[in-house]
Amino acid sequence: MKDIKTMTTDNNASVNFINIGERTNVTGSAKFRKLIEKDDYDAALTIARQQVENGAQIIDVNMDEGLLDSENAMQTFLNLIAAEPDISRVPIMIDSSKWSVIETGLKCVQGKSIVNSISLKEGEAPFFEQAEKIRNYGAATVVMAFDEEGQADTADRKYEICERAYKLLTEKLDFPPEDIIFDPNVFAVATGIEEHNNYAIEFIEATARIRKNLPYAHVSGGISNLSFSFRGNNYVREAMHSVFLYHAIKAGLDMGIVNAGQLVVYDDIPEDLREKVEDVILNRRDDGTDRLLEAAEAFKGEGGKKQVEDLSWREQAVNDRITHSLVHGINKFIVDDTEEARQNAERPLHVIEGPLMDGMNVVGDLFGAGKMFLPQVVKSARVMKQAVNHLLPFMEEEKRLNGTENDAAKGKILMATVKGDVHDIGKNIVGVVLQCNNYEVIDMGVMVPAQTILEKAKEEKVDIIGLSGLITPSLDEMVHVASEMERLEFDIPLLIGGATTSRIHTAVKINPNYKKDQAVYVTDASRAVGVVSKLISDDGASYKSEIRESYKIIAEKHLKAQQAKKRLTISTARSKKHQIDWKHYTPPIPEFLGTKSFRNYDLATLAEFIDWTPFFATWEMNGQYPRILNDEKLGNAATSLFQDAQDMLAKMIEEKWVTAHGVIGFWPANSTGDDITLYEDETRKKERATLYTLRQQIARDNERANAALADFIAPLETGVPDYIGGFAVTAGIGEEEKVKEFNAANDDYSKIMVSALSDRLAEAFAEQMHMRVRREFWPYARNETLSNQEIIAEKYQGIRPAPGYPAQPDHTEKETLFNLLDATKEAEIELTESYAMWPGSAVSGLYFSHPSSYYFGIGKIEKDQVEDYAKRKGWDLAKAEKWLNPILNYIPD
Amino acid sequence: MTNRTDAFKKAAEERILIIDGAMGTMIQRHKLSEEDYRGTQYADWNQDIKGNNDLLSITQPQIIKEIHSQYLEAGADIIGTNTFNATTISMADYAMESIASDINLAAAKVAREAADEWSEKTPDKPRFVAGSIGPTNRTASISPDVNNPGYRNVSFDELVEAYGEQTTALIKGGVDIILIETIFDTLNAKAAGFAVLKSFKELGQTLPVMISGTITDLSGRNLSGQTPEAFYYSMNHLKPYAIGLNCSFGADHLRPAIQELATVATSKISAYPNAGLPNEMGEYDETPEEMAGKIEGWAKDGLINMIGGCCGSTPDHIRAIANAVKPYPPRKIPDVPRKMRLSGLEPFVHA
Repeated sequence: MKDIKTMTTDNNASVNFINIGERTNVTGSAKFRKLIEKDDYDAALTIARQQVENGAQIIDVNMDEGLLDSENAMQTFLNLIAAEPDISRVPIMIDSSKWSVIETGLKCVQGKSIVNSISLKEGEAPFFEQAEKIRNYGAATVVMAFDEEGQADTADRKYEICERAYKLLTEKLDFPPEDIIFDPNVFAVATGIEEHNNYAIEFIEATARIRKNLPYAHVSGGISNLSFSFRGNNYVREAMHSVFLYHAIKAGLDMGIVNAGQLVVYDDIPEDLREKVEDVILNRRDDGTDRLLEAAEAFKGEGGKKQVEDLSWREQAVNDRITHSLVHGINKFIVDDTEEARQNAERPLHVIEGPLMDGMNVVGDLFGAGKMFLPQVVKSARVMKQAVNHLLPFMEEEKRLNGTENDAAKGKILMATVKGDVHDIGKNIVGVVLQCNNYEVIDMGVMVPAQTILEKAKEEKVDIIGLSGLITPSLDEMVHVASEMERLEFDIPLLIGGATTSRIHTAVKINPNYKKDQAVYVTDASRAVGVVSKLISDDGASYKSEIRESYKIIAEKHLKAQQAKKRLTISTARSKKHQIDWKHYTPPIPEFLGTKSFRNYDLATLAEFIDWTPFFATWEMNGQYPRILNDEKLGNAATSLFQDAQDMLAKMIEEKWVTAHGVIGFWPANSTGDDITLYEDETRKKERATLYTLRQQIARDNERANAALADFIAPLETGVPDYIGGFAVTAGIGEEEKVKEFNAANDDYSKIMVSALSDRLAEAFAEQMHMRVRREFWPYARNETLSNQEIIAEKYQGIRPAPGYPAQPDHTEKETLFNLLDATKEAEIELTESYAMWPGSAVSGLYFSHPSSYYFGIGKIEKDQVEDYAKRKGWDLAKAEKWLNPILNYIPD
Repeated sequence: MTNRTDAFKKAAEERILIIDGAMGTMIQRHKLSEEDYRGTQYADWNQDIKGNNDLLSITQPQIIKEIHSQYLEAGADIIGTNTFNATTISMADYAMESIASDINLAAAKVAREAADEWSEKTPDKPRFVAGSIGPTNRTASISPDVNNPGYRNVSFDELVEAYGEQTTALIKGGVDIILIETIFDTLNAKAAGFAVLKSFKELGQTLPVMISGTITDLSGRNLSGQTPEAFYYSMNHLKPYAIGLNCSFGADHLRPAIQELATVATSKISAYPNAGLPNEMGEYDETPEEMAGKIEGWAKDGLINMIGGCCGSTPDHIRAIANAVKPYPPRKIPDVPRKMRLSGLEPFVHA
């Protein structure tokens, strides 16, 4: 790629020169004119693209040709350029001698362009009117050195007209001077007419004066006019342009309409020719023209060099070439490459499913990564379409050979990108894939309102409607379409696809709005055929009900997640702690401080406290005990299971299959922040241990507290003496032997039964012990008169939350509790390295006595709390994140 | 009128001005029914109009005023009228083209009332009404038909006509500022600007113009493909009092684009991002603290002159933002050399 910078050795003069591409000008390029006349806009765009590739920083577009509808051609071409990002990345120069054409052009460009040109030719009034409009359309403008008297040819006239225009524009119209570009008229030299010989000099001199005296204004010119008399001898013309620019740029010319691809470097011009050209340009000798004409003969026919395009990518394998064309939106080779791929493929469809889809996936990835932007992606889609169009006849032929061409389409599918959205690559691909599989596809394009979609669907009696969208507002629009389908009593499936759509959104927002048939989320094009064929098949109904069921589950999960989602900062959460009026409350005092052990606890007593509902759940029979025994479906099985359980339980007790041990303890305690400090004794001087608690960070709409267990213990600063209890119980000593026994006998039923019962006994032990705590050992409820059933239903005062459970999900807290209780020695329960209790039929926890204490779940927590918690526990963040991983509301680094 | 323009410019010199937050998000909270939208005025309208939020300025003005008041109470200096879609082009969805003008008039009045009440309450903090001009639902430089890239479903002239009617009604309704916002296609905005200049001329009254584009994808460009700097050059002929970005992503994703504008623009910089990125349900769930935390950095680094919130933001967000930026001075306008600055999709500056 060349630019003017390399044309001259005098860098200072040249850096500021802007080259404006001249080839998209019907008056300057016969080739371009012919293309426009033939309506071959594709090829015309190629010319525009080449100019940009060759270094044109702005492209000049001119449609002034007598036989053309110039307004229309200008609009068409500029609209097309807008869809070509590699062209429209540069500003446009809207070039016409007709104001109406200029104004048409100004209404088509989103960028800030340059108008070429206006002048004082018709006087000041139209000049003002046009200049004001140009300013309001947001463009810069070229002003020609042309006034009521005519076109200026001497340096003086050129400058005078420019100065007058400059003053009018800047003083009367507040037109920004930096947006004024003067064109002091480049006229042809060496025409044989003597008066013309000084034209280049006059131009250069005028340029110097304009740049010196009219601040911020620029000077430009149509350079190829200069060499008009050497038409047909491009070599000499290029040399003349280079020499002229070399001198004019030094004088201050800072823009020029040039053929960016054909500029010879000043120093590369053979010295002999250069001197003769210079003589003409600078009008150094009277016979300059003749001498140049003579010399020019020798170069006739050499012509300009061929346009150079980087085609090295054409060397790659065909699949890579297809990807290259798709990514860069190049349509020139796509048909040939597709054909080559087709010949390599077994079936034409494989080209679509293979290389073309692969290429579009690359496009999708680049777009997702922000490396491509929308207009580029739209171009890729067009190239894709061309490739597919090439393949379609081959697919028809294939059908004919298979004798399937007259088969009726398998179904009719209407597809549309919803209102407000213009993205449709995905939809197009799905459409193509469906068509290839013998479905009839009606593609309604993009930005289609609901009403239009549904009217068409009715009219065409389609079997399925597919909606696509990429931006978030499209999600709402899809919901709208679904509810309209419901209202208008449609009974056909609705497919949902596109980048922002999701299974969750379809399940939660679209599905409930369309009950008359089924909305289905389709992940990507490759799934579309499968989904559509299932929906249309005889099994359609059961497939739909499967989907409906799965969406119901997703929606329920989402609702739960949603409720748990909004988080407060930990400091805000702390300000919303569970409030207890400690001033007017005196905590009960335990009967003893320290621990108390219970060895070989009576199993028969525990059996009375068994909560049977979870027992049935172990056997995957869900229902409340005792109702489940009379359940219509489960009743018989439940009754028989219950009988077996009772029999085994009796034996367990009778034959002492298992042994139950337990230990409880009480300590003076106060809370400090979210922690609970335990003391050695009543003096509360010496700390025994710290129990760390976590706090809910859920953001609620209501007044409920963001609780932590520490809220249920009197804070240190209240001065209120409070207490906390702890326990660890098991009914699983000996269970393992029994399990092994049944295992050896291949009696899985009894094996599971014995474990389930041991488990129930341990839970019952915890319940029994808690009751005794309330009534005997920490007797704040000495007169409690609850039945066993009421106790199982937890209708008593106080709680016994366990580490590792929702109120304190951190399992490692068990270690503190076990140390306090000496539980491994006293109750024969061990902690594994992951803080699980062994034997498994064991329960441990803390006792809180305050009447307003309650069970709660911490839910998900934020990093601020995790950092704080780690600090309190003396952990590093990674360790805290490891142990709290299931409740993190974020993804750790 | 001039007094308020002066007061506005004076306030903008002194401090970072606070723009209000989302109107749609707040309207949603009222869970209005079709009947509510219709009100008494359009009870017999022959098609569904639920979702026509702009109409509420006529049928439920007390709700709109209440929302304005909540934002003013939260500390907003500038409130935007509820007229984002109040052009004949967008109103065609509800066959309400003929009342587009009335909607603008009503919306401007209701915002004016709310702002004036608060200006009276806090005389040292006068409040301003920005007449909101949205993008419409059509694109003047993108074809809706992938197979026919030269096609357009709206012309520049049609846009100028629709925007002209809207602007004139807004000015008559008493707005202080014209706000061309959520620009995804620059050509639409150029048409809006053209119309605004025309209205100014016809009414013999010029108001400060604020221009706010939107970035639509991770390439950092608007829908029609322009970079922020190119966008600024395309709009600079309007001599905007402020240029900026709104909607788009949340504050963190928007920052590079704001920075780009802040470097080149000789106008004030405004920004009102969304409350984060939409989640998979298309909802915005950034909390006021989170959003304000991100925005505080902008103020600290001197990037902004006006700041607020777009989709998903609420009075709580605005309050948090107002508090967060309070300690910082407004951005100083940089010394940008006078040069010809053109644009295609990309900026082009004459060296």
